[in-house]
Amino acid sequence: MTGLLSLITFFPLLGVAIILLFARTGKQGDQLARQTTLFATLVTFALALYAWATFDETKAGFQFIEDFAWMGGTIRYHLGVDGISLPFIILTAFLMPLCILASWTSIETRVKEYMIAFLVLETLMIGVFAALDIVLFYIFFEGGLIPMFLIIGIWGGARRVYASFKFFLYTLLGSVLMLVAIMAMYMTAGTTDIVALMAYEFPISMQYLLFLAFFASFAVKMPMWPVHTWLPDAHVEAPTAGSVILAGILLKMGGYGFLRFSLPMFPDASVYFAPMIFGLSVIAIVYTSLVALMQEDIKKLIAYSSVAHMGFVTMGLFALNRQGVDGAVYQMISHGFISSALFLCVGVIYDRMHTREIKAYGGLVNRMPIFAAVFMVFTMGNVGLPGTSGFVGEFLTLVGAYKANTTVAIIATLGVILSAAYALWLYRRVVFGELEKKSLAGIEDMNLREIVVLGPLVAATLFFGFYTKPIFDMTSTAVQATLDGIDGKLKTAEAEPAP
Amino acid sequence: MNPADTAQFSTDLAVTMPEVALAVGAMLLLLIGVFAEKRTTLVTWGCVLVLAVVAVLVATTSEGTVLAFGGTMIVDPFARFAKLLVLAGSGAAMLMSIDYLKDEKLTRFEYPLLVALATLGMLTMISANDLIVLYVGLELQSLALYVLASFARDNQRSTEAGLKYFVLGALSSGMLLYGASLVYGFTGTTTFPGIAQVITEDGVATGTMIGLVFVLAGLAFKVSAVPFHMWTPDVYEGSPTPVTAFFAAAPKIAAMALFLRVVFGPFAGAEPQWMQIVVFLSIASMILGALAAIGQSNIKRLMAYSSIGHMGYALIGFAAGSEQGVAGVLIYLVIYMITTIGAFICLLIMRRNGKAVENVEDLAGLSQHDKTTAYLFAIILFSLAGIPPLAGFFGKWFVFLAAIDAKLYYLAIIGFITSVVGAFYYLRIIKVMFFDKPAAPFEKPLGNVNAALLAGSGAFVALFVVLPMPLVDAASAAAKSLFP
Repeated sequence: MTGLLSLITFFPLLGVAIILLFARTGKQGDQLARQTTLFATLVTFALALYAWATFDETKAGFQFIEDFAWMGGTIRYHLGVDGISLPFIILTAFLMPLCILASWTSIETRVKEYMIAFLVLETLMIGVFAALDIVLFYIFFEGGLIPMFLIIGIWGGARRVYASFKFFLYTLLGSVLMLVAIMAMYMTAGTTDIVALMAYEFPISMQYLLFLAFFASFAVKMPMWPVHTWLPDAHVEAPTAGSVILAGILLKMGGYGFLRFSLPMFPDASVYFAPMIFGLSVIAIVYTSLVALMQEDIKKLIAYSSVAHMGFVTMGLFALNRQGVDGAVYQMISHGFISSALFLCVGVIYDRMHTREIKAYGGLVNRMPIFAAVFMVFTMGNVGLPGTSGFVGEFLTLVGAYKANTTVAIIATLGVILSAAYALWLYRRVVFGELEKKSLAGIEDMNLREIVVLGPLVAATLFFGFYTKPIFDMTSTAVQATLDGIDGKLKTAEAEPAP
Repeated sequence: MNPADTAQFSTDLAVTMPEVALAVGAMLLLLIGVFAEKRTTLVTWGCVLVLAVVAVLVATTSEGTVLAFGGTMIVDPFARFAKLLVLAGSGAAMLMSIDYLKDEKLTRFEYPLLVALATLGMLTMISANDLIVLYVGLELQSLALYVLASFARDNQRSTEAGLKYFVLGALSSGMLLYGASLVYGFTGTTTFPGIAQVITEDGVATGTMIGLVFVLAGLAFKVSAVPFHMWTPDVYEGSPTPVTAFFAAAPKIAAMALFLRVVFGPFAGAEPQWMQIVVFLSIASMILGALAAIGQSNIKRLMAYSSIGHMGYALIGFAAGSEQGVAGVLIYLVIYMITTIGAFICLLIMRRNGKAVENVEDLAGLSQHDKTTAYLFAIILFSLAGIPPLAGFFGKWFVFLAAIDAKLYYLAIIGFITSVVGAFYYLRIIKVMFFDKPAAPFEKPLGNVNAALLAGSGAFVALFVVLPMPLVDAASAAAKSLFP
C-alpha cells in the first residue's frame, strides 16, 4: 500500500484538525478532545500494526518507500522503513494511546491544547523514524522540541520553567552542531538521501569531525554522561505522560541516530571513537546507578536508571558486532515498555497523593495489591531479571561488549548489580512494610482505566521476555545489513587486521 | 527636444512607471488629505491601493534587465523581487496602523503618505545603478523615516527617537556621501558598471578602498549592523509600534537589497576587501543581537536586538559571495519580513487603561485570555528562533548552506551557537505568555484587519515547509540577475 507511511505519520494531525474545528470550550469540548485523540492514536497504532503485518522481514533495504520532490536539489520528501526503524514506529504508536488514557483525568486544565500537543508530537516522532532524507529527519527531530517544551512548561510541576528551558536549550545546542554537519555532508556528497549517504565514503579526516558533530546531538538526546543533566529535571517536572514519551521514545532517537547515521556513515570514526564511547557508557552505567541509589524522588530515581540503561545501549552499539547491536535495539524497545510503565506507576500513586517523595510512601501492598504486583513486574524488568524483556537486551549488549572489550563488559556488569540494588530498595521502601503513614490510610487500588493502561505493558514486558522471535525477526536482516555495510567501508580494518 | 530624445524619454518613463505611479498617487492622496482632513482612513486605504497598483506595475511593466535614464537606473529580476517585498511590507505597515493610530489619537493623513513616500525612496534605492541615484533614493527614504519616528509629536520618547535617528542618520549619510565622492574621485565615474570596469581593469586603488569602507559603513547603518546599530533600540522603543514594524520590515529590506547590489555590482572586483568587512559586521551583529536582547525587559527593545541579530544572519549569505548566497539572503529577508510583521501585530494587542504597554511581563497569561493570538505569537517566536519545521528554520538553512559551501565553517558555527543563545529570549516571551500566572487581560482583541494580517503571517510561517519551492525558485531567479 503506497502512502502508508505518510498516513501513519500524519494521521494524528487529522485529530488536531477535528479538535480545532469541533471542540467547543467547556467540559464537553474537553471530553470530545480526549475521545478524538484516543481514537486518532488508536487508529495510528492499528495502521502501524498493519505495516508490521505487511512488512517483508526477509528483505534487506527499505520498504514502503515514498519519494517526492520537495525542497529542490536532492532534498526530497523521502520516507521508508527497515527492520531498525519499524519497531520504533510501532513502539511510538503503541505508547501514545496509553499516554492519552493515563492523562484522562489527571489533566484538567487546557485539555484541548494538551491533546493537540501530544498529537503533533506523535507526528513528529514517527516522522523521525520514517524519514529517509537527512534534512527531513532533522526537521522532525528538532520540531519535537516545540510540543515537548510546552508540555513540560504548561502542565509540569513546580520547577517546570527551569526544566523546560534546560531541556530545550541543551537539546538545541546539540542539534545545531549536527545541522552544520548535515550541511557539510550535503556539500561534500552532493546528496541528502540517507540511503545514498550510507553508501558514500567520507574521507577519514572529515569523518572525525562529522562524527563528533552528530555525537553532540545524539549524546544529549540519549542522554550520555556527562550531558545527561537535563533529563532528571525534565522527567521530574513533566506530567506523567510527558515523562513516558521522554523515556519511551525521545531517548531512543539518540540510539536510533547512532545506529542509522553515525555507525554506517562514519564507520572509521566510530571505530576510532569507540573507546571513548565505551568509557562514557561505563561511567553512565556505574556512576548514574550510584546516583540513582541516593535519590529521594521516585521519578528522579527512574530517570537516573534510564541514563544507566541507555549506557548499555551505547555500549552495545559501539561493540559493532551482531550481539551488541541486536541487544542494543532490543534494550531500547524493552526500555520503552519498562521505563514508560515505571513512570505510569509513579503517576498512579502521584495522582492519589500528589507527592513523589519516597519517604511519603511505604506499605502500599496492604491497600494496593494490584499496584504492588504490577510495579513488581516492572521493577524486575528494570533489574533485568530473566523472563522480562529487560534481561534480553542487557545480556546481549554485555555479550557483545565482552567480545569487543572485556574490561568494559566486566565493569558494566557491576551496573546490573547496582540496578538490582536501587530498584529493589525503591520497591521495598514504597511497597513493602507496614502501612504506617496516616495519609496513606485511605489510598485506593488501581482503577479499571489504570489497569487498561498498564495491562498491555505488563503483557509486552513478559511476552518479549520469554519470546524474542517477533522482534529479532523484524530487526535481524536490517542489523546484519548495517553491519555488513560498515565492514565493507571500514578502511582502518584493512590496515590493522583484527586479532 | 528632438524626436529621438523624446522617444528615449518615454521608454525611460515606461521602465520607471512604478516609481512614477507611486509619486503621482502619493501626491494626489496628499491633496485629498489636505482637503478632506477627516477622511484619514480613506487616505490610508487609498495608499494601500496605490501600493497594490504599483506592485502590479512592478511585476508587469518590464521583463529581463532594462536600463533607464542613461543607465543610472536598472530594473532587473532582482530589483523586481526586492520591490515587491518592500511594497508588501509597506502595505502591511499601513494597514496595521489604522487601529493603533485611532487608539492613540494620532490619526493624521500624513502617516500613510509618509510611508508611501519612504517606499518611493526605497524603490529608487533598489533600482539605483549610479551613486547619485543611490544617494537620492536613500535620502528620500530617510527623511520620511525621520518624520515617522517622531510621529507621536507630543510624546517625549517619540520625538527623542526622531531626533536621535535624524542626527545619527545624517552622520551616516554624510559618511556614505564622502565615500561616494572618494570612489568617484579615484574611478572617475559614478555609474556602477563604470566603477566595476575600472576596478577590474586597474585593481582597487587605495582611495577607492577607503571610499568603499565609508560607503559600506553608511549602508551598515541603514541595515543596523553592529557597530552601526546604536540608534536601533532607541528608535524602536520610542517610535509608535506600527512605525517600528515598518522600520523593521521595509527599509531594512531595501537597504539590504542596495547593499547586495553595491557589493556584487560596482565592487564585485573588490570582493576580498569588502568580504572582511561583511564577515565582521555579520559576526558582531549575531553576537550582540543574541547577548544584548537577553537583558531587555521592554519588548520593543528586545525586538530591536532581535532584528540586529537577524541582519547578522542575512549578512552570512553575503559572505558566501555566491549566487546561492544571494538567493539565501533574499529568502531570509522574505521570511524575516513576514515573521516580523506578524510579531509586531501581536505587540499591538498590548493595551491596558487606554495606553500601550511594552514590558515582556505584561504579556503574562495571554495564552488564557486570547488563545489564538498567543499561539500565533508563539509560532512566530519559534520561527524567529529558527526551530523547524517553521519558516525561520529554512531562512537560516539557505544562508548557512551557502556559507558551508564557501567553506566558511566558523561563520556557520558562530551563527548556530548565537541562534541557540537567541532562542533563550524568544523562549522567555513564550514562557511569560504560557507558563506564568495570568495578569489582567488586555483591553480588547485585535481588529479585523490586524487579525487577518496576523493569521496570514502565522499561516505562512507554519505552512512554508509544505511548499517551499515557489519562493526558493523566485529568489534564485532574482539572485541570478546579479551575476551576469
